[in-house]
Amino acid sequence: MTHGVSVLALLLALGTSTLSQAQEQELPVSEVAPKIFVHAGETALMARENDGAIANIGFIVGDNAVAVIDTGGSVREGRRLLAAIRARTDKPIRYVINTHGHPDHVFGNAAFVSDGTVFVGHRNLPRALAARGQFYIDAFRRIMGEQLLDGVRMIAPTLLVDGTIQLDLGSRTLTLKAWPTAHSDNDLTVLDEQTRTLFAGDLVFLTHTPVLDGSIRGWLRVIDELSTLPAQRVIPGHGPVSEWPGALTDQRRYLETLASDVRKLVAHGEPITVAAGTAAATERSRWKLFADYNARNATTAFSEIEWE
Amino acid sequence: MPGRRFRLLCVASLLSVMLGARVAPAATPEAYDPWPGLVQDIFNNRPMNDGADVITIEMPYRAEDAAIVPVTLRTRLSPSDSRRVLTITLVIDQNPAPMAAKFALGPDANVTEISTRVRVNNYTDVHAVAELSDGKLYVAKTYVKASGGCSAPAAKNADEARSRLGQMRYRQFAQPGQGPASGAREAQIMIGHPSNSGLQRDQVTLLYVPAFFVNELRLWQDDSLVLAMEGGISISEDPNIRFTYVSNGAKRFRAEARDTKGHMFQHEWKIDDSGI
Repeated sequence: MTHGVSVLALLLALGTSTLSQAQEQELPVSEVAPKIFVHAGETALMARENDGAIANIGFIVGDNAVAVIDTGGSVREGRRLLAAIRARTDKPIRYVINTHGHPDHVFGNAAFVSDGTVFVGHRNLPRALAARGQFYIDAFRRIMGEQLLDGVRMIAPTLLVDGTIQLDLGSRTLTLKAWPTAHSDNDLTVLDEQTRTLFAGDLVFLTHTPVLDGSIRGWLRVIDELSTLPAQRVIPGHGPVSEWPGALTDQRRYLETLASDVRKLVAHGEPITVAAGTAAATERSRWKLFADYNARNATTAFSEIEWE
Repeated sequence: MPGRRFRLLCVASLLSVMLGARVAPAATPEAYDPWPGLVQDIFNNRPMNDGADVITIEMPYRAEDAAIVPVTLRTRLSPSDSRRVLTITLVIDQNPAPMAAKFALGPDANVTEISTRVRVNNYTDVHAVAELSDGKLYVAKTYVKASGGCSAPAAKNADEARSRLGQMRYRQFAQPGQGPASGAREAQIMIGHPSNSGLQRDQVTLLYVPAFFVNELRLWQDDSLVLAMEGGISISEDPNIRFTYVSNGAKRFRAEARDTKGHMFQHEWKIDDSGI
């Protein structure tokens, strides 16, 4: 009986999701390199009005299969990305790669759950989703509303990356690399060897104030190593598709300024509250959403640097 | 034993969350005010007096980083007041375990300012309740907006937090305009600890990650108590307390912390005579 009910519920759920899938409009994407498509996220906070679609997300089509790289800030955005994929290819989606566990990158995961689709992430991603998933769902239900949060589920990767792995899409090899703690403690990059296109996730920000949710010292070290990757262009987590490694310049300067300002405040015995108000103030005019993120970054950096 | 009662409160809140018994719907925090219930649970319904002349609480209007929200408590009793502040209890009303900390102020240390950092899960009132030597409770409150974006009241670097377990730092700050002769001191204690809240639910196993946090901290100058804290899961990772006190001429400062797994961390520092 219980089984019968669950099967019925499942069928209903499948029916509903197919229906809404069919109704979702395609997410606008542009082909930034042959068979690499990117949706440019709006430089904004996740909100009801933008479906949470603030991050750059995309997909790569090989001869045999498709890999999705991040799924967006709501199931609706995920479904719209799926519609954009289906408008261009009927090859199976073999991989859904999450560059890290933040809501604007993983809330669309549920749109891609299907037999034969493998979710891929940093070895620390399941832990991060376990620790933060419910909090994110509750917090964004307040911000974006019940309707958009309906159906958002934390789907943890089953293919975990520790170091480097390669995925074959058919005449197309992707190199995935798991990084030490930087923007977060579960950052993963995807390099398309054929076109030398790098999906950097939130290890790279342009225009949008960088967001520190890991380690500022770790991030600066990772930037040095990132810059040696043999890429020609980068799709940052936020901001325009840009040349590599020039795209790292602004972010490196911001993080170095923040670290150096905070280090001085710690040395002078100033409290953490002063850091929130003053550190990296010289960077204000160079970034969008500075008021939304800089005080937070300074607070986070202070709590790390005071242990030096 | 107050420590035991505190733990019971924690367990009670944990249970109520697990049973889904929280009345407050997340979407409308204004609709439900948990404070009267908290006065009953934490303070046995004792009368709350206006604390405007006794204590202030200062927090940023918005929690920038949900895991690290600075809070400063200042006592306001004039030197001529014969009453003394015995304890200050910090309550974050909308957190899963609202009682963040209870500070006991050493009888001879004249602690007048305590700053620490807490986790803030939601839009919330935050109350500071001072118990004075007249036996009465005095309350002050502030309001904090929840942080946005990808900030969460959880570890940023879980491996690093574990590797710091039990490390302790003591630092003394210069007090502008006050020579060492005044005896006025400002100091900070830092304890490396991951402070897992126990309220984080694993989305895959649907089990809770076990709680693991510093629940007792005591600070002494020589053998005289300066400050003690009963901590809860709302205290940030790597507990950090900055405070003022008056030196009794001691040459040693000592800290002793205990966590919920029974680890005991102790450290002792020589105090620089210059007061810096």
